[in-house]
Amino acid sequence: METAMNKKSCHNNKCKPLTRRNFLKGSVAGAAALAIPVGTSDASVWESFFQKHFTEMSKEELARVIARLEKKYSNKFNTPFTVKTTPALPDTLFGYGLDLSRCIGCRRCVYACVRENNQSRDPQIHYITVLEFQKGEKWVSDLEESDKYYNPDTVPEEGYFYMPVQCQQCENPPCVKVCPTKATWKEPDGIVVIDYNWCIGCRYCMAACPYGARRFNWGEPQVRKEEINPQTHYLGNRPRYKGVVEKCTYCIQRTRGNPGRYPACVEICPVGARKFGNLLDPKSEIRYLIEHKRVFRLKEELNTSPKFYYFFAT
Amino acid sequence: MTNPNKLAILLTFALTISFLSAGGHATGSEAPSPPKKFEASETPREYETPKYFVPPPPFSEGIFPCSDCHSDMEVNPERRELEDEHVEISEIFNHASEQRWCLDCHNPDDRDKLRLANGDLVSFEESYNLCGQCHGTIFRDWKAGIHGKRTGEWNGKKQYRLCVHCHNPHSPKFKPIKPLPPPDNPLQTKYKKLSDEEIPRNPLGNIQ
Repeated sequence: METAMNKKSCHNNKCKPLTRRNFLKGSVAGAAALAIPVGTSDASVWESFFQKHFTEMSKEELARVIARLEKKYSNKFNTPFTVKTTPALPDTLFGYGLDLSRCIGCRRCVYACVRENNQSRDPQIHYITVLEFQKGEKWVSDLEESDKYYNPDTVPEEGYFYMPVQCQQCENPPCVKVCPTKATWKEPDGIVVIDYNWCIGCRYCMAACPYGARRFNWGEPQVRKEEINPQTHYLGNRPRYKGVVEKCTYCIQRTRGNPGRYPACVEICPVGARKFGNLLDPKSEIRYLIEHKRVFRLKEELNTSPKFYYFFAT
Repeated sequence: MTNPNKLAILLTFALTISFLSAGGHATGSEAPSPPKKFEASETPREYETPKYFVPPPPFSEGIFPCSDCHSDMEVNPERRELEDEHVEISEIFNHASEQRWCLDCHNPDDRDKLRLANGDLVSFEESYNLCGQCHGTIFRDWKAGIHGKRTGEWNGKKQYRLCVHCHNPHSPKFKPIKPLPPPDNPLQTKYKKLSDEEIPRNPLGNIQ
């Protein structure tokens, strides 16, 4: 045993002890190299295969990755792409408010989100699910009683109310805890993000999320070239891969900025039911509504501490 | 106590006595004078409400300035079926219509202005001051950014909208609208490679 541990493997005048760990590392890398299809062995495939975790890349490494991605997306969609890596703003914790007394269930937000965030049109992915409930029925604890396929001629329907659900950006996110590759994490401004290059598609996070907010790319995402939004963020709306999980990021590509824009769902809402702002700014809209209106958070008893506040303005 | 102070107290006392005695005379046999007719102040008062960044009012085409037609017309305060340009208003008017008629909000002398209950004039660009007279709690929420739609920058320049951008002032309740399509049933998804033209369009279209 001892002789084996001390045995040195010398290569290029550098000697490393041939340990069990080194041996395994080498064989894994070798196997990985063999797994890459021979026909597509250009440099970018190798680079993306060995790409580091987003939070562990140096500035230069990140710049190389971004350049590679921008080139790839620009070629695929025939339009110049921007992939931002804007970090979180200081003293910012994003919060969201949704006025249930105003929502009319028109689903404008669902499709404005799709337009902004480049979700696959077929197979279809929506970040926002609008739930319809019968007035007077049990609801908050029983989301199963809701209908998401409602399709009357006009909304709001007499005797019903509507509750859109999307990622609640929990302060204590169960999806982050279960991720085996740390491909999803909470950023300093409170947004739970995903590195699509590190997601292995195990969907543990989807099982862990009590809000059903995460979506899986069961097929190759397909978006028309004319409808693609080329203004993207690495952690947000850049084109996704087959087999990765995605979800609402509070439009990270729009909101992270000084000045930063409102999320797409806030801007489209025809009844002004959606509010967004900085929870750490006492003068923000979100703080005003938390302090002055009747507010609740979905499934509070699970201790996920969402930063998504449903409220009643009337 | 200093002398000027004494003088002031004496003066106040004398004035009070004289006011009281004058009041006593008025409550005598004389008939009360008719209430003074309220006249709008000539120069509009400056309001302390901040000047919100709002787009221009959504006038129907060709309807403004109102004075183009109204300057030559007799003021008619009667409740009646409206004609010409205002037929539609007569048809839809349901904004507390039992209690209200045109000149409660529109200024009779200068039709290009709105008139508050206290007689002050406001422009159509600042019509929120008119709506806020009755809808005070909503006005408060609107100023704070809670009522109504905001676009722009959450930490910068915000685009407010006038009440009348979303609510028809003559019929303010929201009308039902057609919902966009429900999500696909996942059981019916085919997972097929599509050409660019075959990929479904976003049903949102050009709605902004």
